[in-house]
Amino acid sequence: MNGVHDMGGMQGLGAIIPEPVESSPFHDEWEARVHAMNVASPTRANIDAGRHQRELIPGPEYLAMTYYQKWFKGLSELLVLKGFATPEELASGQAAPGLKRGMPHLLAAMVEPSLMRQGSYVREIAAKPLFALGDLVRTLNLNPDGHTRLPRYARGRVGVIEATHGAHVFPDSHAHGLGEDPRYLYTVRFAARELWGPAANPRDSVSLDLWEPYLECG
Amino acid sequence: MTLRVKALESLLVEKGLVDPAALDAIVDHYEHRVGPRNGARVVARAWVDPAYKARLLSDATAAIAELGYAGGQGAHMVVVENRPERHNLVVCTLCSCYPWPVLGLPPVWYKSSAYRSRAVIDPRGVIAAFGTDLPEDIEVRVWDSTAEIRYLVLPERPAGSERLDETALAALVTRDGMIGTARL
Repeated sequence: MNGVHDMGGMQGLGAIIPEPVESSPFHDEWEARVHAMNVASPTRANIDAGRHQRELIPGPEYLAMTYYQKWFKGLSELLVLKGFATPEELASGQAAPGLKRGMPHLLAAMVEPSLMRQGSYVREIAAKPLFALGDLVRTLNLNPDGHTRLPRYARGRVGVIEATHGAHVFPDSHAHGLGEDPRYLYTVRFAARELWGPAANPRDSVSLDLWEPYLECG
Repeated sequence: MTLRVKALESLLVEKGLVDPAALDAIVDHYEHRVGPRNGARVVARAWVDPAYKARLLSDATAAIAELGYAGGQGAHMVVVENRPERHNLVVCTLCSCYPWPVLGLPPVWYKSSAYRSRAVIDPRGVIAAFGTDLPEDIEVRVWDSTAEIRYLVLPERPAGSERLDETALAALVTRDGMIGTARL
């Protein structure tokens, strides 16, 4: 969807304020709890649905929120959407009467092995890849109203296949409960001038990881 | 936010959806087990061991796992090498993807709209905001993390560091140097 989250290339979004490495990555105790709840939540299994839920936050609100405020809102809404909680429960902070207790998806003893587990998004598929290293490709002009990982600034542009990664879980399907639908993934390099016009430095480039359904022969 | 977050946590605990001790362990992991010191060890090893560097550039996920770093947001690592004539910068314009096992959780500026929007269109301006003016003839390659590939910049080994050992070298490596907003 063409939401405000898709902000690559926008101008006027404020100054970058560098900060040193802090002793904790969290700026308040509640941020740490929101981070941990997101990781431990039964909804975490589908990272694409989690990302899409945050994209659905209305633009003006999204731009005014901090990162962990978005994580809190996204998690709350996803818990309702997936049937783990009701809006009434979230509003009151109390479980509805007569409830059967669940079993936490992640127990304390399993946290370290779970966080260190080397997952993979690579899947074997029968189809052959359409593109190879060095091929010229053009990104399609796609404007889906659902989740996509093809940013607006890189649509309808010609680039070169810089790396191939096999088939990966396809977020455009997975975020919407349509299964993993694995598709070939490529790193595509675009000249900065192709993206931003003649004022860009002719040496510079931007590389994106793009799935095959975003691409056609350049 | 504090009260709202507490209410959500007590609801999830009451419903048996999360284990509060697991939340404590997760916070501990991201406060103490991961952070840019992990990435700095990877970089220092690559500087002193050419065979390790070759493995890191050809299969970063496996080479990083050799040093014991793995896990969520690091399943498919790619290391991009700075050279005298080439500089690399990493961003995630669509959200805030970041290689947690080697850099920990991202700083606020990395997640900000200002950085996410500007890094792809004006990388030289971004790097200047961090205090380095890159000469025009140095190529800048920006990596927008749009999939589950996570990027780590391998900075150039600083001049004059020839006599330092691996531990002392790791102390020279900064988080911003591994994102690419700084040049060591």
